[in-house]
Amino acid sequence: MDVAIIKYNAGNTQSVAFALDRIGVSYCITDDPEEIKAAEKIIFPGVGEASTAMKYLRDKNLDHLLPTLKQPVLGICLGMQLMCKLSEENNTPCLNIFDLTVKHFEATHISKVPHTGWNNLTQTKGWLGSSFEDRFVYFVHSYYVPINPYTVAQTDYIVPFSAAMEKDNFFAVQFHPEKSAEVGEKILKQFLRIRS
Amino acid sequence: MLTKRIIPCLDVKDGRTVKGINFEGLRDAGDPVALGTLYAKQGADELVFLDISATTEERGTFASLVKEIAAECTIPFTVGGGINSIGDVDRLLKAGADKVSINSSAVKNPDLINQLAKEFGSQCIVLAIDARLENDYWLVYTHGGKRSTDKELFSWAKEGQLRGAGEILFTSMNHDGTKNGFAVEALNEMSKLVTIPIIASGGAGTMSHFAEVFKEGGADAALAASVFHFGEISIPDLKSYLKENHIAIRN
Repeated sequence: MDVAIIKYNAGNTQSVAFALDRIGVSYCITDDPEEIKAAEKIIFPGVGEASTAMKYLRDKNLDHLLPTLKQPVLGICLGMQLMCKLSEENNTPCLNIFDLTVKHFEATHISKVPHTGWNNLTQTKGWLGSSFEDRFVYFVHSYYVPINPYTVAQTDYIVPFSAAMEKDNFFAVQFHPEKSAEVGEKILKQFLRIRS
Repeated sequence: MLTKRIIPCLDVKDGRTVKGINFEGLRDAGDPVALGTLYAKQGADELVFLDISATTEERGTFASLVKEIAAECTIPFTVGGGINSIGDVDRLLKAGADKVSINSSAVKNPDLINQLAKEFGSQCIVLAIDARLENDYWLVYTHGGKRSTDKELFSWAKEGQLRGAGEILFTSMNHDGTKNGFAVEALNEMSKLVTIPIIASGGAGTMSHFAEVFKEGGADAALAASVFHFGEISIPDLKSYLKENHIAIRN
């Protein structure tokens, strides 16, 4: 199997699966530890609320498995936030793959929250390379990961925040590549090309 | 920089788009999947599919259509029409919809907004509000604008945000279908009251109306149907025009 999509209560699982269909790679949607460990790549989707999602992962014992994986893992949106140490969303302890705290956006009448829509990537490097500089991708989120040493792409909304991160075999994006038209598809392909 | 969104809206009945004729390069403009894909290619930022079915059989057709749309559509899309319960939303999101919009059911049972936001997250709950200005008072209507309610537009929008809606889709019934421009003043007032994104709907006739609703109405997104469906405004032209007018637009 090329890809295992982690099966839990994430809202965008089906969209990620459809995006992989369009690219033409084989995948399974699974919460089985053996199947996850055997996949070449892992995608950890996520839409929803942090504490509910973490509870679901704990109930399935995936909270211990995910940080020990050795193949390339891509966290998307809430998936990326759950890879951090702590989320301000209901003060939820998360997976601690990245030793970082997820913060809440302070809304204004000019800058609405959730941050919803297409925004551009800047200072792209690492696994994303430089070809996605200033390209637009789709975001919808109320919490963000501040800029940190693992940041490989930034986006500016209220504050500059981490649009993408990388640490060892763990990769993460705050935006939705599965919903970001051609640019998003290229980013998914870029992840799928990473060698373990 | 976060860009303003252009959103074509497709009315769907029994699996077919209701409006939409005369599309160059499209064999079947009545096919919502083909039409949605074309708009996405042209640069639409999101899509809305509104189920205007009258019968249960037709509603069943819509649910399976959502899955077909999700398989083809590379941009986010919202579905609305006849959504009454957590079960309805669960089915549509599992089929691949990114957001759902609720309207009459939320007016009837405002607590539904809280329940949906808690279950699925605010980011996928759009509160659609149809309202008409009557004697200086914006009265909220339901059932496709047929039934008046005891709610006032601005307090209902604010309440919707507090209950957990992630976005407001406001249609001015005074402006809808006129092609004389959006309800800029009301939108501007609303954007000062709520801190969630607002989608403006009703009244799009020219490209300058879109510039106006973003610059003066404070809208985060603008929705239109017939001007796109009848080819009166093309999305690529509209986006170039807005960019020339210094509005942040995705290229």
